[in-house]
Amino acid sequence: MVKLVIDGKTVQAEEGKILLTVARENGIEIPTLCSHETLENTGACRLCVVEITKGKRKKIVTSCLYAAEDGIVVDTKSDRVLKVRRFVMQFLMARCPTSDVIRDMAANMGIAPETRFKPSEDGKTCIFCRLCVKACEDVVGVSALGFAFRGVDKALGTPYREPSPACIGCGSCAYICPTRQITMSSTENTRSICGKTFKMKACSVCGRYFAPEEQLAFISKKTGVDLEALSVCSSCR
Amino acid sequence: MNTENTMQDKVKEIVKKYKGDKSALVAILQDVQDEYRYLPKEALLTIHEQMDIPMARVYEVATFYDAFSLTPRGRFIIEVCTGTTCHVQGGMNLLDTFERSLRINCGETTEDGLFSVDRVGCLGCCSIAPVVRVNDTIHPQMTQDEIPRVLRTYMAKRYGR
Repeated sequence: MVKLVIDGKTVQAEEGKILLTVARENGIEIPTLCSHETLENTGACRLCVVEITKGKRKKIVTSCLYAAEDGIVVDTKSDRVLKVRRFVMQFLMARCPTSDVIRDMAANMGIAPETRFKPSEDGKTCIFCRLCVKACEDVVGVSALGFAFRGVDKALGTPYREPSPACIGCGSCAYICPTRQITMSSTENTRSICGKTFKMKACSVCGRYFAPEEQLAFISKKTGVDLEALSVCSSCR
Repeated sequence: MNTENTMQDKVKEIVKKYKGDKSALVAILQDVQDEYRYLPKEALLTIHEQMDIPMARVYEVATFYDAFSLTPRGRFIIEVCTGTTCHVQGGMNLLDTFERSLRINCGETTEDGLFSVDRVGCLGCCSIAPVVRVNDTIHPQMTQDEIPRVLRTYMAKRYGR
């Protein structure tokens, strides 16, 4: 266990525990977009910045990557932190001017768009946090999604922007996307995501369409559970 | 059909050379690019299947580096240096003249597949600026007047291979 101070409050934490987690456990709120409990943090959105004082030195760090250390003093709301966070927020607003998530978040923090930053006109709300790509690879295990190109041309998508043969239509990417760039649309017996349309499987008991056929086939293959057993929706199981 | 089979075999051979080492992906892509002067889709699919790397990851790497191209490049790749020294010495004028003589824009390839024109940051030989590199040959202290002659030399070489 280590002892540290967060916003004037002395707290105990396991050594190596991530600052963001320690702060949240102690009821201190730090805004984030790209942090998700099921995936490793990468520090992509930069909103979780905090200022730490270690000995005589002060520095700005991303709290989602910084491990708790003995004797450090953490300030989550210092002027410097608020200034950095304001800039990050303004950059995000310029990157995704159409994102209501980011706009609401900025409004809550009382941050107005910076007029010098020209808003992007591509209509996308992707903040390049890579959550969807990691969910697709690490959680689902199919890797249908990825980034392509670099710099200003960098874009999220499937290879060659074609419907991916690897995609099983599970919808994890749409679910995890913090800014709702990835959308999923459904009719009664189909689901469309990432440019691909899936046929939904009807529950063999109640007849309700509940999951894409390809996803069930994937789960069956992965777990060895008979496809018939998986053809029953969760409420009839 | 036949060409696709030989392409698959060729790519398999390249992958085998690196013993299927996943970290050798960039080296494998470089070899494929050397072979075909671009990265054909079939080749990327073969790499994906042979190396058990997700297609999305292969595509990510292939599109990340400027050295790789997803569209066919010319037999001769003309790289005009526009680094600080070459820029001061008129590198941009050389680029203009190449673009005008070949009737293509920077980054494009002529219709006959012979030439591609690119601008690069620095070729590391500023003392002989302005320089132009064609494939592996450095042309030092280039002038616009020399460009037609240089292009003619390479057009003649076309029949050499």
